[in-house]
Amino acid sequence: MQSVQDRLVNKRPPAAGKKGWRQTLAKDFHRNKYIYLMLLPVVAYFLIFHYQPMYGATIAFKDFLPNKGIMGSPWVGLKHFKSFFLSPSAFQVIRNTIVINLFDLLFGFPAPILLALLLNEINASWFKRSVQTVTYMPHFISLVVICGILRDFTSMNGLFNSLRGLFGLDPVLFLSESSWFRPLYIGSDIWQGVGWGSIIYIAALAGVDQELYEAAKIDGAGRWRRMVSITLPGIAPTIILMLIMRVGRMMSLGSEKVLLLYSPVIYETADVISTFTYRKGLLESNYSYSAAVGLFNSLINFILLLTVNKISKKVSETSLW
Amino acid sequence: MKIKKTAAEKAFDIANALFMTLLMIIMLYPLWFVAVASVSNPNQFIQHKGILLLPTGLSGAAYKAILDYKMLFISYGNTIGYVLIGTTLNLFMTMLGAYGLSRRNVLLRDPIMMLVTFTMFFNGGLIPNYLLVKSLGIYNTRAALILPGAISVMNLIIMRSSFQAVPETLEESARIDGANDFTILWKVILPLCKPVMAVMVLYYGVSHWNAWFNAMIYLRNRELYPLQLILREILISNSTESLALGNDSEQIAETIKYATIMVATVPILCVYPFLQKYFVKGVMVGAIKG
Repeated sequence: MQSVQDRLVNKRPPAAGKKGWRQTLAKDFHRNKYIYLMLLPVVAYFLIFHYQPMYGATIAFKDFLPNKGIMGSPWVGLKHFKSFFLSPSAFQVIRNTIVINLFDLLFGFPAPILLALLLNEINASWFKRSVQTVTYMPHFISLVVICGILRDFTSMNGLFNSLRGLFGLDPVLFLSESSWFRPLYIGSDIWQGVGWGSIIYIAALAGVDQELYEAAKIDGAGRWRRMVSITLPGIAPTIILMLIMRVGRMMSLGSEKVLLLYSPVIYETADVISTFTYRKGLLESNYSYSAAVGLFNSLINFILLLTVNKISKKVSETSLW
Repeated sequence: MKIKKTAAEKAFDIANALFMTLLMIIMLYPLWFVAVASVSNPNQFIQHKGILLLPTGLSGAAYKAILDYKMLFISYGNTIGYVLIGTTLNLFMTMLGAYGLSRRNVLLRDPIMMLVTFTMFFNGGLIPNYLLVKSLGIYNTRAALILPGAISVMNLIIMRSSFQAVPETLEESARIDGANDFTILWKVILPLCKPVMAVMVLYYGVSHWNAWFNAMIYLRNRELYPLQLILREILISNSTESLALGNDSEQIAETIKYATIMVATVPILCVYPFLQKYFVKGVMVGAIKG
């Protein structure tokens, strides 16, 4: 009752309300002037380096002419989108993007979880620590070097072919064969990222209530049973969170790595949307066309993220926001 | 409370330990191979077949050859510059944002936070960013590698949540003593958030060290190239001819690659074990706030 009264008392005519709102803001600016002073360069940075490119993405609907600028270039509607979707490359790059990502979700995503679970079963702490230190290491090698090593190992006289030779198999030019690109891409991704990716799950495992394990042991639950009934439910929120973030990055992931590994002979499996955007835009200077493909990519990405977030909110009450 | 292990559990333990050992070998062998190959005699190395465990004859020829390659060291210096200047700017900007966005009672805090987080989920794309860099007049300058990535939203969120964890009472008592926000940030918040600042230095530092894509699209002048771009020329594009080699250039070209990898990677791998605990901490701080 009192709150209703308060609300009635506080209700002012609209004009005064607007003025009150302005006054509150002015007072806030005054009181927090240093905070706003600090936030000024931050907001300026985001407006210039993030929101201006979003505005710049409107060239996807224009024929961009460098001398006329973004503003002055003529509108052409969906012309560039149409020409992209009608081109044979569209199907190929969209398919490759999806397939590489699905393989990565299928193999790359569970790998660190599996490693964390297996590490969790090791009792000797010195052994556990050594495995961790060694498996984190590849994370600190730069992508250029990783791809350089991979190129070298997969060359005609490289390590992989030497190993094939031991089993009497004929040498293969791995990076010139479409069929080898995906396994190499995913495999090297796992090699580099499995240890680092496991850290977060190891942290989550440490947070699982140890008394549950004791109780389960007394009840006669074996290792497998304890893992299924205690460990997995315990780290499920972390797994779902990581899955959301992973799916959110899906369409943009890996373009740098593909650029370092692919070549025209294996475009059939290796060319993805982001590398296509790079070639069309920066190597062939088709700015508007490339921006259209890039915008399509960003949109899909955004929709994917919203969808996964919504699903997980419904299923498990874990979500990003 | 000790419960006896069944035979199956013992078998699992052994299998697990074996698997982990195999995993460590798979992780370490490529690095060992690179190290061994880099000091091998180039001629013998080329003829070598099968798994390499020890150097095929010792030779410092590859290292001697890259010592003469000036571009490698110019780019090494450039990278150190990008890491130092870039990381300093990153820290400064992220700190300002994290402080402002972690204060209570700031009316525009939430709208600004939304403005910031939205950029995590949607971006203009490659070409609009490229055109922006050109129109700002920083194309082909060092600023092109430093300004566009001045703040990483993920890192801002990590830093912000650690600033928020500082008890409010500390801030209030400082304010009563007449401290303004700059003093509070510098004298109260930062000393209490040293671990997270260390994590940020490492995160930003490593990302500058590894960056090559922006340098490739924004730089024309080779004198400004970072190390990774020169590595890309040597390792990916196979252009070792610029190294001005002698007679047996073809043989030595192979081992030169490995020596280059060593020079570029070993410094990082040597400091990494000491920094490991900070990285791990950072992953966990980031995980809490998602």
